[in-house]
Amino acid sequence: MKQTLQVPILSTPQQRHPGHRPGTSILSVRNLTVGYESGRALDNISFELVTGERMAVVGPNGAGKSTLFKAIAGLLKPDTGKVSVFGEDPGGHFCISYLPQHNHVDWNFPVTVRDVVMMGRTRKIGFLRRASGNDHAIVSNAIETVGLSDFAMRQISQLSGGQQQRMFIARALAQEADLMLMDEPVTGLDTPSQTELFAVLDALRLQQVTVMIALHDLKLAASSFDRVMLLKRRLIGIGKPDEVFTRENLNQAYGDRIQVEVNGSEIPFIDETCCGEEEHEHA
Amino acid sequence: MLDGLLAPLQYAFMVRGMLAAVIVGVVCAVLGTYVVLRGMAFFGDALAHAVLPGVAIGYLVGGGARGPVFWFAMATALLSAFGIGAVSRSAKLKQDTSIGIIFAGMFALGVALISMVRNYTADLTHFLFGDVLGVSSHDLVLTVVFGVLILLIIFAFYKEFMLISFDPTLASTLRLPIRRLEYLLISLIAMSIVVSLQTVGVTLMVAMLITPAAAASLLTRKLSRMMIIAAAIAVFSGITGLYLSYYLNIASGAAIVLTCTILFVFVWALTTIARRRASDGTRVNL
Repeated sequence: MKQTLQVPILSTPQQRHPGHRPGTSILSVRNLTVGYESGRALDNISFELVTGERMAVVGPNGAGKSTLFKAIAGLLKPDTGKVSVFGEDPGGHFCISYLPQHNHVDWNFPVTVRDVVMMGRTRKIGFLRRASGNDHAIVSNAIETVGLSDFAMRQISQLSGGQQQRMFIARALAQEADLMLMDEPVTGLDTPSQTELFAVLDALRLQQVTVMIALHDLKLAASSFDRVMLLKRRLIGIGKPDEVFTRENLNQAYGDRIQVEVNGSEIPFIDETCCGEEEHEHA
Repeated sequence: MLDGLLAPLQYAFMVRGMLAAVIVGVVCAVLGTYVVLRGMAFFGDALAHAVLPGVAIGYLVGGGARGPVFWFAMATALLSAFGIGAVSRSAKLKQDTSIGIIFAGMFALGVALISMVRNYTADLTHFLFGDVLGVSSHDLVLTVVFGVLILLIIFAFYKEFMLISFDPTLASTLRLPIRRLEYLLISLIAMSIVVSLQTVGVTLMVAMLITPAAAASLLTRKLSRMMIIAAAIAVFSGITGLYLSYYLNIASGAAIVLTCTILFVFVWALTTIARRRASDGTRVNL
């Protein structure tokens, strides 16, 4: 399958959501603490995201990556602290899209790729209404952006893992999301599928969509993201990859489960010895 | 042949029965697609059984009249439906456990009430196994009104029901009122059960909800088409069942459900063979 990725909708966040002013931080998290019955999942996290940036969130299993995403998406109530999206509570916003780590969707559900992408517009269409020509155009554009036009009418079980991820990104585009939270989208993808996924993410950048991705692959985080966040219940570091991935920080996050090799003055070369088999954490 | 098909229709009760079977078939089949896709077969079965005490009380209150039976059954169905949800949430029990508790308890209550009034027993068995040929004009009006109402609501909330069934996470990020939509869906199931009581009775009710939808799910990969195919299977089963009932002199509810089941087995066998044949080559897209 040879497809060139096009970006048909060149809209900016202000065009999608007139209330969203440029230059402001899209997401602001202040002193966020979330606890489960088993203890604290997130401890006093504060950070901001700038419109259009691409941030990787890394940390060992149980570091609270999924919890952080759910709290930002408004699916979890924080114990203390505040999450605001464009200055408002996340509850008031549909411009966040959250792609869970294990999509518990039934892949045999009788829906096509197009149906699933259209679901992103459910709220925009509104109750008791049907999709308009505009909705259909937005859905077609979204599917084209992720390179799935040839698969639009396929039932969703006929997609590969990478195509499934791209379908959900198309749905987020159809939702006109300004902030996409993706929980380990590359886990289980082969290299070509990863490349395609990142091509789509580059297309999103042109539309100034802010993306936050949880990852296990530190090399990928270092090479393909503007900023990285190192998390282990508390925020160990946030910033440019070479500032965050220091031997000290990585030891704090992973202990001796990881070998850190510093290649001269280059970005630390990280050799993962831990993960792989335990990547399927149960949230 | 044509005479054989027309002969039963000279009786008004047969015509009313057939209309009722067709309407009930369509309503249950369309709603049943959600029951099948959401894995609510046990819930549907339980809810049908849980209606029995309502039927019994309605029967006692109305002295055998059908009107009170309908409304008492409706109240009981809605009450049980919400009761199951409330118990499983507040007691932190698994949902099938709370369904089982309420279902068996309500059914026992129904049997107890019926056993207190022996002389009514014969009539009440109609509600256990259905009596589509005893449908009155008044029953038919209620069936049509509620049937159309249920179909209209399914049509109106089509995309929302599809979304909460397929991906609750997206539904909650989009701030859809998931809880209320689920209660609406459950209420529709409760209503459809009451509407169908007379056709197949409480014990066979679940077949009307799941069998046509399950057969349809084997034939298509599109929700709207699944609803249409399920409805067609149900209509065919309703009509064929009643003819079988007329000519072979078997219980009408059982005849309808049996026809449905045979159709399902037929579709299942056909699609299994088709898949086996296609397994080493191209994929079949039915």
